[in-house]
Amino acid sequence: MHEETVYDALDHAHGGEGQWAFGTGFDEPLAGVDTTVPEGIDPADLGAYCLMLGDDALVLCQRLTQWVTNAPELEEEVALANCGLDLLGQARLLLARAGSVGVLGRSRTLATDSIPDEDALAYFRDPDEFRNSRLVEAPNGDFAQTLVRLLAASTWRLALFARLRESRDPVLAAIAAKGVPELTYHRDHAARWVLRLGDGTTESHRRAQAGVDAVWPLLADLFSPTDVETRLIAAGVAVDSGELRDEVRDVLTTVLERATLTVPAWPAEHPSRGRAGDHGPELTVLLADLQGLAREHPAATW
Amino acid sequence: MTGSAVRQNGHFGETNPRAVAETVTDPELPMLTLADLGVLRDVRDEGGTVVVEITPTYSGCPAMGVMRADLVHALHRAGFADVDVRTVLSPAWSTDWISDEGRHKLAAGGIAPPGTAPVRPAGPVPLSLGPTRRTAACPVCGSLDTEELSEFSATACKALRRCRTCREPFEHVKEI
Repeated sequence: MHEETVYDALDHAHGGEGQWAFGTGFDEPLAGVDTTVPEGIDPADLGAYCLMLGDDALVLCQRLTQWVTNAPELEEEVALANCGLDLLGQARLLLARAGSVGVLGRSRTLATDSIPDEDALAYFRDPDEFRNSRLVEAPNGDFAQTLVRLLAASTWRLALFARLRESRDPVLAAIAAKGVPELTYHRDHAARWVLRLGDGTTESHRRAQAGVDAVWPLLADLFSPTDVETRLIAAGVAVDSGELRDEVRDVLTTVLERATLTVPAWPAEHPSRGRAGDHGPELTVLLADLQGLAREHPAATW
Repeated sequence: MTGSAVRQNGHFGETNPRAVAETVTDPELPMLTLADLGVLRDVRDEGGTVVVEITPTYSGCPAMGVMRADLVHALHRAGFADVDVRTVLSPAWSTDWISDEGRHKLAAGGIAPPGTAPVRPAGPVPLSLGPTRRTAACPVCGSLDTEELSEFSATACKALRRCRTCREPFEHVKEI
C-alpha cells in the first residue's frame, strides 16, 4: 500500500469510502426517506419550524456535553452525554428535514455547497440565524441548575413531541414518534435528580432552589407561537405551544413540590425572543466552540 | 412484525441478497446481526437494484453510517453491484423487535436482554418519579437479585446494572 497518510491506509483497509473508523464519514440521516411535502403545507414554513425544534436540540446537546469530564459522577457524565446524543440525533434529523425543503436556498456559498445540509445549517449559520429558545442556550450554571433546566426543557419537548406524532408532515411525525421514548428517559432522569437534590441536604436544596429560580424566567420564551407556527398549526403540521402550558406547569409543579422546593410564580410570557433570532451573548460563545473547527476546515473529514 | 422478520419477496437467482444482508452484524453489539436486532426491515429487488431498509435504534445512534457501509460492502462482495440502503423512520424501532435468538446471543455475550417495551398510547406521557422497577437476570450467574446503577450506559440503548449475588456489574438493553 502506498497511501499518502495513515488515514488513507485505514480508509483503504475499510472499503475506501471515507469510513476507516467508527463514526467517521458523513451519513445522510434521511437517506431513502420520502421527503415529499404534503399538499397544503408551505415548505418555507415547514423548514423554519424544523429549524426551531432542531436548534433547540442542537444547542441543548452542546450544553449537556459541556459536562463531559466535569460531572460529579462518572455515571452522570455518561447519562448527560447520552441525553445529548439523543438530542443530537433529533437535531440531525430535523436539520436534514429543513434542508430537504430548501431552507438553505441561495444562502449556500462556496464554502458550504459541498457539505450536507445538516452540517451547513449547524456550522455555517450565525447566532442571529439560530431559532432555538432562550431556555436551552442559557449557561449550565451548577449541576443542580443543569438538571432543573433539563427537566424544564425535556418536559416541554416531550409534551410537544407527544402531540407532534399526529403532524400532517409524515417526516416530522416520525421524528417525533422516535423522540418520545428518548425524551421520556431524559425527563424522568432529570426529575429524579431534582427530587434527590431538592429533598437532600441543606446545600443541595439551596442549590436546587437557586437553579429553579434561575431557570424559571426562561420559561417565558416557550409558549407563544410565532407567525410561522400559527400558520402551521392551521395546516395541521405544528403543535400550538400555548396548549402545552398546563401540562408543562403541572409536571414541573409536581416534581418541585415533591422535592420540597418553592414553585415560583409563573413568569410573564412574551413573544419568543429566541425563535426570532434574538439571543443572549452566551449563544455566540457556544456556537464559536461548536462551529470553529468546521469553519476553519470546511468539508474536512477525519 | 416480529424479531428478525424480513419480507420474503426478493428473487436474485442463486445468491439470495437477503441471506447476505442477514449476515451483517451490529458494530456495537457484534454478537448480533442487524436482523437479530430488528434493525434490518426489508431486502428486496427493485429493477435489479438490491434495496435494503434499515431503521435506527435511537435518533442519535452513531452506528447507522457503519451499518450502511457494512451492508453495501457485504452485498458488493456477494456480487450485487447495485445496492441502495434506505433509512425508514416509521414505525420507530422497539426492543420488542429483537429476536429470540438475538436475546439468547445478548445474554451469552454478558448483556441482559430487554423485557417487554412499555406501551405508548397517544396523549401525554405520565411522569415516573420512583425508582425503576425493571428486573433483569444477571447474565453471569443468573440471579434475579440485581439493581440498576444508571439508566444510561456506554451506548444509547443500554442501562448499567449490578448483580447483588455475584457483585458483577453488567449492561442491560433498556426497553423502548
